[in-house]
Amino acid sequence: MNGFWTQFAFYVLAVIVLGAAFMVVSLRNIVHCALFLALAFIGVAGFFILLNADFLASVQVLIYVGAITVLILFAIMLTHKTLGAPVRQANKLSPLGVLGAVGLFLVTVLTTADTQFIARTSMQPADSTTAIAQALLGKGNYVVPFEVASLLLLAAMIGAIVIAREKDE
Amino acid sequence: MNAITVHHYVILSAALFAIGFYGAVSRRNAVAVLMCVELMLNAVNINMLAFSRYVTPAAVTGQVFTVFVITVAAAEVAVGLALVINIYRNMNKINVDDINIMKW
Repeated sequence: MNGFWTQFAFYVLAVIVLGAAFMVVSLRNIVHCALFLALAFIGVAGFFILLNADFLASVQVLIYVGAITVLILFAIMLTHKTLGAPVRQANKLSPLGVLGAVGLFLVTVLTTADTQFIARTSMQPADSTTAIAQALLGKGNYVVPFEVASLLLLAAMIGAIVIAREKDE
Repeated sequence: MNAITVHHYVILSAALFAIGFYGAVSRRNAVAVLMCVELMLNAVNINMLAFSRYVTPAAVTGQVFTVFVITVAAAEVAVGLALVINIYRNMNKINVDDINIMKW
C-alpha cells in the first residue's frame, strides 16, 4: 500500500489497462480490438494481485483471457465479411456516447473525492482461496447463489447451442 | 499521493467503465459492443475488490461477488455471441445500425 514498487505497479498497470481499453474502443480492425481486450484482461488480473485477491487473479486469466477472448475471436472469424472495409467504426450515437461516458466519470470521481472510506477492520484472511471456498460452500451464506449460478451456466450453455446451431432441414 | 488508497481504485474503475460505456454505445460491430460490455464488467470487478480490500478486509464478500460477476459475464457473452452469429447467418451483416427490421 505504501511501498514505492506498489505505487509503480499501480500506475504502470493503470496505463496498460486504460490504454488497452482505449484501443479496444477506437481501432478499426476488430481482431486488433480483441487482442487489446486480452491485454486489458491481463492488466486487470495484475490489479487483482495488487488487491490481495490471488485466487481471482488466476480465475480472471483462466476464464477471461483463456476462454472469453477465444470465444470472441471465434465469433469474429464466423461473422467476418471478406469484402468491403468499413470506413468508420462509430455509429450515429457516438456524440451521446462521449457525453455519457464523460458525465459518468465526472460524477463518480467528484462523489468519491468527497467520501471518507473508513476501514472497518484491518485483518485480511491469509489465504483468500480458503476464505472464498468457506463462503461459497461452507459456513458462509452463499451456497444457494452458487447452485443458482451453476443452473445459469447450464441454461446459458443450452441456449447458446440451440441458438447457434445449423438448422438442418 | 504517498500511498494507493481506495480512491485511486475507484477513479481507475470509473475511467475503465466510462471507456467501456463509450465503446458499447458507439461501436458499429455487434461483437465490438460485447467486448466493451466485458470492459465495463471488469471495471466493476476492480471496484468491488478494492472496497473489499480497503473497507472490509476481514470479509471476502467482494471476492465472492466478483466470482459471481465473472460467472454471469461468461454466460452472457456466450449467449450474446450465439445471437450475433445467428443474426449474421440470417442477415449477413452485424452493423448495429442496419439491424432494424423490428423498427416500426
